[in-house]
Amino acid sequence: MINILIAIVVLGIIAALFGALLGYASVRYHVDGDPIVEQLDALLPQTQCGQCGYPGCKPYAEAVANGEAINKCAPGGEDTIKKIADLLGVDVQPLDENHEQDSSLGNGPKVAFIIEEDCIGCTKCIQACPVDAILGAAKQMHTIIVDECTGCDLCVAPCPVDCIEMRPIPETIQNWQWDLNNIAVKQLD
Amino acid sequence: MESIIERINQNKFWHFHGGIHPPEQKKITSDKPIRQLPLPKQLILPLQQHIGRQGDLLVEVGDKVLKGQALTQSLNPMAVPVHAPTSGTISVIKKSVIAHPSGMSELCLFIDVDGEDTWRTREICQDFTQLSRQQIINKIANAGIAGMGGAGFPTHIKVNTKSEINFLIINAAECEPYITADDLLMREHSTAIIDGIKILDQLLNPAFILIGIEDNKPQAIKALQQATSSLEKVKVCVLPTKYPSGGEKQLIKLLTGKEVASGTLPITSGIVVQNVATCFAISDAVINDTPLIRRVITLTGQALAKPQNVWALLGTPVSYLLEQSGFTHEGDSQLNNTKQVQPPIIMGGPMMGFSILNEQVPVVKTSNCILAPSNVEMPSAFDHNSNEVECIRCGQCADVCPSELLPQELQWSAKAKDHQQLTKLNLFDCIDCGACAYVCPSQIPLVQYYRIAKAEIRQQQQLDLKAEKAKERFEARKLRLEREKIAREEKHKKAAAARKAAMNKKTPESGAAKSAVAAALARVKAKKAAKSEVKESSVISNEAESNSTVAQVDSEVTDEKSQVKAAIARAKAKRLAKNKGNESLVSNSEEKSTEKELQVANSEEHTQANSADDKKAKIAAAVAKAKEKAKAKKAQATKLITASDEQSNSTDAKADEKKARIAAAVAKAKAKAKAKAKAAEKAQAQTTATTTENNSEEIK
Repeated sequence: MINILIAIVVLGIIAALFGALLGYASVRYHVDGDPIVEQLDALLPQTQCGQCGYPGCKPYAEAVANGEAINKCAPGGEDTIKKIADLLGVDVQPLDENHEQDSSLGNGPKVAFIIEEDCIGCTKCIQACPVDAILGAAKQMHTIIVDECTGCDLCVAPCPVDCIEMRPIPETIQNWQWDLNNIAVKQLD
Repeated sequence: MESIIERINQNKFWHFHGGIHPPEQKKITSDKPIRQLPLPKQLILPLQQHIGRQGDLLVEVGDKVLKGQALTQSLNPMAVPVHAPTSGTISVIKKSVIAHPSGMSELCLFIDVDGEDTWRTREICQDFTQLSRQQIINKIANAGIAGMGGAGFPTHIKVNTKSEINFLIINAAECEPYITADDLLMREHSTAIIDGIKILDQLLNPAFILIGIEDNKPQAIKALQQATSSLEKVKVCVLPTKYPSGGEKQLIKLLTGKEVASGTLPITSGIVVQNVATCFAISDAVINDTPLIRRVITLTGQALAKPQNVWALLGTPVSYLLEQSGFTHEGDSQLNNTKQVQPPIIMGGPMMGFSILNEQVPVVKTSNCILAPSNVEMPSAFDHNSNEVECIRCGQCADVCPSELLPQELQWSAKAKDHQQLTKLNLFDCIDCGACAYVCPSQIPLVQYYRIAKAEIRQQQQLDLKAEKAKERFEARKLRLEREKIAREEKHKKAAAARKAAMNKKTPESGAAKSAVAAALARVKAKKAAKSEVKESSVISNEAESNSTVAQVDSEVTDEKSQVKAAIARAKAKRLAKNKGNESLVSNSEEKSTEKELQVANSEEHTQANSADDKKAKIAAAVAKAKEKAKAKKAQATKLITASDEQSNSTDAKADEKKARIAAAVAKAKAKAKAKAKAAEKAQAQTTATTTENNSEEIK
């Protein structure tokens, strides 16, 4: 009988000890935020275009973490969907039809371009730009900071005079990709 | 370090992993002296000829330029200027194909050569040891010198280092087949090269200077040994011929046994490597004040009748060089019957060069060889179909890789575009030497796969950076919007509180403000009421007018109610008019007089309203008046200002009265701006000239 009591007391003490330890650890090593959201956010292309229906990439990442469909990111395309599926351990889904990108200009990266002689300086596009990549003031001509533009398309619709268009980024020496089919670089035999 | 020097003195060197022994083919050009070419008719100078950034243009189309004149400048340290290689006129500045494997166009200056070759004024430096360190660096930077071995790193950055240098290594290996440009330069200009080395010695003050040279250049070795015999510090190291011993890291390994860690520069190990042609350019720049405007280039290959080394001005089109060395379109004659194929021209050596698509491509600072092979010599260059077959996993590529990578693994990852795995396999330590592709029995163009993968990864890194920046900007914008919203709310709150406080204070101002608010409220009410009344009364007057042309006659048969209503309406309208009138006249600082006048007008009207017998007519008249005023509004609006100005001066009370009334009416009409259109239409229908006259008479 006394043995059983001793066992209970000993186990009880151990349990209390570990309980205290775990309780302390949970406070001491508390992890802020939801790391899965950060990971998802890192996978998204950060164009902040809102085509997924959320006001930016981070909100969409949060939504995906909460069970939203993973196939709504048009700028990211199949690659991003695949990466998200890998991360979350779910099946790869084809890109949602509603969120497919307009491919009339090709699928390459694009930047917005303001036809400056048509601009009336209404500042509507400035308010629409999620990354503050448009420079201008009321009744002054606006222009795009090309290096900052993510090509999200959001400034095109608000323009009352339709002076914004999306243009593909021209290929230069700096962003040129080697193409085996075009260039025959041969080795000495 | 002592042990290293001991080993070098005993002519013992280290080895690097791998390497190959391709046919050298240097005999084609090594026995002929460097030829001076006649001036070409036109030079094409790309603004960017090296790694880094292009400078800003200093000249315009039509400018006359002198030989050696700087054409660009930049404050960016990574940019080096471009100089006019000879005198002439800038004919065009436009995009043109440049020496790049993409065959793409970049901004180029076209110089029409005048043939006179007039120099700008030069300051020949007699004794460079008198120059300060900064002076020499400035001279090198202003001369536009970029590494002439291949990559074209701006030299003034490489030599402007404060850290302690153990070894200055002069790269004279020239390991790539066919190329003999450095060999010839060393043979013919060894003293100038040694001067360049002395200048570098003065700048960097290294413990030892090692010249690495392959043993297939006996004449050059002799020339260098003679020129350096008096210099204790300088050691000419004769290395066994093996490709790619001229690679920077390979040469360092060969000479010092040290390995440069992945992703670091040799400077971290206290080593600086300079190409031998760069040394020549440095001595030319510092001593002769000659910027980098020409270089030795090897024109070789069996398709050339006169393969040779030439002094080519930068910007010389390749077509001109080929023409000067008797280029025969052998490829054409052989392949004419099958299909028209442009004979391949390779810029750079056969291992690391690239074929150029356009013979207008100009020579730039980094071009060291133009190779025009014949079909017999290099059949693969003519064969545009790839003979690539599957990898058989023989492992030869790994045996020859000088960077000790796993080319086979890299190849698979590159094909699968597995960038993570490629980075793990140290793809960026690959020096593009092409040894793996050279030995591959399956003829897999391995280097090309790596080049593609490298470009893709760099692109991806840039995209990632951009995404990171976009994220930051997005977050910053969100914060800013939030902040602005809060600030706005705060402001509104403050303003409201201030208003309240002002209202509650018992000052005359606050009283005025209060009464102003009350007045405004009353006015709004009045306006509403007046609108409805006017409508009603206009209906009545319509009836009245349609019933009889002379309204006064039916005065007794009046509806008491409508009279009362009309009176109220008129009173309200007047009050409204008065308020409006007050407001509009405040600015003219004639408040008091106007008020008086208005009062007079009001009282007059009141008495008239009371005393008049013909009430119906009056109602009609009031309505008509209102409408007339609305109609006259536009015409009177301009008169208002002048009218009110005149009021203060005018002595004629009646005229004043009239004017005040007009002003009041105009103000009233303005208040009714919304109803204006409708009212005006009705007024036009109703108000005939006669009634208007009657009305005005009556009012008076």
